[in-house]
Amino acid sequence: MYDNEKIHILTILVDNEPGVLARVIGLFSGRGYNIESLTVSEVDGKRHLSRITITTKGAQTIIDQIMALLGRLVPVHHVVDLVHHMPFIARDSVLAKVICPLDKQKELCDHASSFGAQLADKKGDVMIFTMTDEPERIDSFIKSLRNQGSGQRDIDVCRAGIFALDYEEQALQKRKHEADVAPLALTSS
Amino acid sequence: MAITHRSRNRSRSASSGATGARTLSGAQIVLEVLAEQNIEVIFGYPGGAVLPLYDEFFQRPSKTMRHILVRHEQGAVHAAEGYARSCGKVGCVLVTSGPGATNTVTGLADAFMDSIPLVCISGQVPTHMIGNDAFQEADTVGITRPCTKHNYLVKDVRQLADTLREAFHVATHGRPGPVLVDIPKDVQIHTAAYTPLRRDTGAVRFRYRPTTRPESKKIHQAIDILAQAKKPILYVGGGVINAGGDSAAQLQKLATKCGFPVTQTLMALGAFPTNHKQSLGMLGMHGTLEANMAMHQCDVMVAIGARFDDRITGRIKDFSPHSTKIHIDIDPSSINKSVLVDLAIVADAGEALRALNQVWQEKRIAKPDIKAWWQQIDAWRAKKCLHYKNSTSTIKPQYALQQLDARTKGRDNVFITTEVGQHQMWAAQFMTFKKPNRWMTSGGLGTMGYGLPAAIGTQIAHPKATVIDIAGEASILMNIQELSTAMQYRLPVKVFILNNQYMGMVRQWQELIYENRLSESYSASLPDFVALAEAFGACGLRAEKPQELESVIDTMLKTAGPVIADIRVDPLENCFPMIPSGAAHNEILLGNEDSDTANSTSEEGMVLV
Ligand SMILES: Cc1ncc(C[n+]2csc(CCOP(=O)(O)OP(=O)(O)O)c2C)c(N)n1
Repeated sequence: MYDNEKIHILTILVDNEPGVLARVIGLFSGRGYNIESLTVSEVDGKRHLSRITITTKGAQTIIDQIMALLGRLVPVHHVVDLVHHMPFIARDSVLAKVICPLDKQKELCDHASSFGAQLADKKGDVMIFTMTDEPERIDSFIKSLRNQGSGQRDIDVCRAGIFALDYEEQALQKRKHEADVAPLALTSS
Repeated sequence: MAITHRSRNRSRSASSGATGARTLSGAQIVLEVLAEQNIEVIFGYPGGAVLPLYDEFFQRPSKTMRHILVRHEQGAVHAAEGYARSCGKVGCVLVTSGPGATNTVTGLADAFMDSIPLVCISGQVPTHMIGNDAFQEADTVGITRPCTKHNYLVKDVRQLADTLREAFHVATHGRPGPVLVDIPKDVQIHTAAYTPLRRDTGAVRFRYRPTTRPESKKIHQAIDILAQAKKPILYVGGGVINAGGDSAAQLQKLATKCGFPVTQTLMALGAFPTNHKQSLGMLGMHGTLEANMAMHQCDVMVAIGARFDDRITGRIKDFSPHSTKIHIDIDPSSINKSVLVDLAIVADAGEALRALNQVWQEKRIAKPDIKAWWQQIDAWRAKKCLHYKNSTSTIKPQYALQQLDARTKGRDNVFITTEVGQHQMWAAQFMTFKKPNRWMTSGGLGTMGYGLPAAIGTQIAHPKATVIDIAGEASILMNIQELSTAMQYRLPVKVFILNNQYMGMVRQWQELIYENRLSESYSASLPDFVALAEAFGACGLRAEKPQELESVIDTMLKTAGPVIADIRVDPLENCFPMIPSGAAHNEILLGNEDSDTANSTSEEGMVLV
């Protein structure tokens, strides 16, 4: 998937404050760029930092430009395009709801575990599976659920979206440093 | 690729320590922070959602800050821009919620494009009513997000002081820009402990810390490139003006030391004296032949605080094809945006110039021998690209400006603002700019209606100066109400209208690109500008013949109060040189003899603006 020239995974560390997501997203929507997937969550409660992960497709020059503009937003601390630039690991998570008669459930459970998915819960005919894996593996799991057994079955799916991390040590080290930066005197305007 | 432009921590409380804490209302806190920031003027317009703030003005008149009541909130923002650009300080605006805030949008977008430091405070409906379609509610932070450098909605009075402090910091640091702070009415009324800012302890640490100092290694690399140059050019942008301090002096020092030609963008005019022998004048769409040809043919280009705007570059793929490009800019996102450069230096233009001068000196670099290059430039200069055919019966707009320039030359303090259109380009071509901060024009957004309020802001900053708005008759009508502001505060601004009865710039494009189909570009039913001036209580003057110009200009300059001078110029004059959209620099059109070729503007050019 990442061999595709056009796929980019941006990981953006931001201050967790109102409006920050709108600022980030605005740089994409203002250009008519589609976001393929988006995840956001606070990752450092003490310093109120959130990580935003955006998967998008687009020409390298435009992505570079969006990244530069992201970098100049006040609440943005750090922007990286993981794809093509550094070793990284990417995952997606899914919840999939399937309706399956009781007598076929064992078979379906076996099928799911062959993908590494787990049964999260079930109520009567309704089974909910979950799985965290590489995005393509999630794709094939979902496809297989639709096609497993006889004929097409309808399923309901909720995906978390791609989330990713690099293997860099530096970023962590640097952040430790940042906490010790000497206070900056207010220069008069 | 990793981008970490700056290391930041969350903004620490600026009011650390309990020394001198007082309990104040939000409105009082706003005024205290404005005083902390040494704000002398705020341009504003009242309304329901800012009544607590206006009541403070009434009850405790400030000794250090004046409120200037404008006639339209757009005017407030442009006035603050004129103020900021002419004196290098941050401009301040205060408006009410809903329509007050939406009226500022054009001004904010203008300041954003031209990197002007502003703080705009807007009132908002009370916090508990936000989102309820309350009376005069608008999603101000949502609407202004893409046209401000940053904006805030303050929901807790305890965060008000630090938010405002950060707003001023963000507006004035890095690449400057407008910042909006939206303050709901209840937050203006609620109270909180306020601790005065103590600058001496250095207790404030802001999370926003852009890089301003150039990397020394890159400065050395730049000097090595400059020293080798055979056909160099310094391409100077508004960043040199924004950098303030002695940046313009540093530029002049560098230019004199290396002896290179200097061309300036519309935003930069005055950063380098336009009458200096090394000045090639303005470049770009209506720039001089010598500037554009030199940009096209140079072997080394140093862009200093300039952003390779499409009005500058023309057709990108043919832009300066043979040069090594060095780009100095404070905004990393400006680098490699449209033109790929060979050496990028992220820094404040002033600091970079200082460093270049220092290294040039340390290395004892001899003035490069570029005689052949100057000979080539002189050959281009000899074409006299700004030449126009004068007339004894009709006032040519260029002639009117030459007269204005000549008759203001003796004055020390002349500030020029403009509206947008042909008159703006002619002003850039024909007026002389010897110092920075004397030229206020809407460059990036091209906002008609900018010039009069900007002149008002400029006059507030420089009460004794001569401030002239060079206007078109269409543009001036977009914010003419501000003449009333000028009257109220006795601001003797001069509005010099080059009245050609057309939206001249639109007509020119229609003539050159749309086979003279003049769709809706004629200004029918124009007012009698002399009577209009008089209706406001100002002085109205008119010149219809070239012979009348001299005395009209002199009377205008002598008059103590605001003046509108209606200069009736040739309605069909075109502004040349012109590089049609989508053309390359060396495809520049000169005056009338060339106008046939103009019709050949490519289809590609027609889609460009
Ligand atoms: C607010 C706004 N609306 C429209 C335009 C498009 N526009 C650019 S120049 C121009 C004509 C300006 O006419 P005038 O003020 O008479 O100046 P002239 O070109 O005749 O000197 C127009 C309509 C603009 N720049 N700004």
